[in-house]
Amino acid sequence: MSHLLLLIIGLSAFWVLLSGFWDNLLLLSLGVASVLLVALLDWRSTSSNPEPYRLAVLHRLPLYWSWLLVAIVSSNIDVMKRILFPRRFPIDPQFTRIPYTQHSSLGVAIFANSITLTPGTVAIEVDDTHILVHALTGEAARDLARGEMDRRVTRLERCEG
Amino acid sequence: MTILLDLVSWTFLVLGTLAGIIGAVGLFRFPDFYSRVHAAGVTDTLCAGLVLLGLMLQAGLTLISVKLMLILVFLWLTSPVASHSLVQAALHSRLKSWRRNGEGE
Amino acid sequence: MILAGVSLGILVVMGLALLSAYLGPTVYDRILAVNMFGTKTVLFIAAYGFLTGRPDFLDIALSYALINFIGVIAALRYVERVYSVEKPGGGADDDTA
Repeated sequence: MSHLLLLIIGLSAFWVLLSGFWDNLLLLSLGVASVLLVALLDWRSTSSNPEPYRLAVLHRLPLYWSWLLVAIVSSNIDVMKRILFPRRFPIDPQFTRIPYTQHSSLGVAIFANSITLTPGTVAIEVDDTHILVHALTGEAARDLARGEMDRRVTRLERCEG
Repeated sequence: MTILLDLVSWTFLVLGTLAGIIGAVGLFRFPDFYSRVHAAGVTDTLCAGLVLLGLMLQAGLTLISVKLMLILVFLWLTSPVASHSLVQAALHSRLKSWRRNGEGE
Repeated sequence: MILAGVSLGILVVMGLALLSAYLGPTVYDRILAVNMFGTKTVLFIAAYGFLTGRPDFLDIALSYALINFIGVIAALRYVERVYSVEKPGGGADDDTA
């Protein structure tokens, strides 16, 4: 229930921020209607899902994002090197399977999205224990297999408060 | 101080545009669809991030910056989902991939 | 001046993406290029809004970012269904997008 309340507050803030209307009653009521519609859709799609939302994740996100930002920039530089100097830095595309240690579907989703967001690796499919990944180079695949990103996402998911 | 801020913002804008052009060149240089996804990823992450960050520095602490930040968050949340489902669809249709030793897999 | 250069540079990237969408060779390459064209359009709208001193364009850029994502996913679902039903395994040498 608490996440629904948070969603409504967040959506209302978002609506006011983007529209900038405070005093037009018609527009305000339309805004309230759209917020309630989205909240209803969210409630319908998550009420059958027994897994609780872990709002505590929010509070460790900035630390993870700053680490992810550095990873994104360095992998971008690597891919650009391979575009500009294909002879000196040849590519070696390959499929690999990367094990994951997250327990919630939210954690796995964050991990898979982070893999795809860093250029050079794309997450394709998730099964019970592994993620199928397409890597542009052997180094990118080995880097991922070393598991630093996996550990960080698991730590992000585990935090209790 | 404003000169310095302008210089940093211009550097971001120029670097972002260069990253976009390099990524677009990669679209033509890479041998198969699966590796082209990585080249498109460069333009989606670094180019978009640097250009929007540069514009944010131009706007300063205003509502405009907040909106630019929202655009960046949306792009960075949706682009991995789009590339993931593209690659998954291609794999399911058994699109062949390029291997370095010369044979498809 | 810089903003004009940036807008022009993003236009060049968009042109290259369009060329890539035209050249293909597979339907997935085309969707990838169209997706890239869409995200660069968002950046172009933002940069052009700054160039002309009308940052109101940002609202359009914001909605374009969302519509582009939904459009790509919708096109992908359609392609996926067509190719898995009619031509299993026929994605590699397809030339009609």
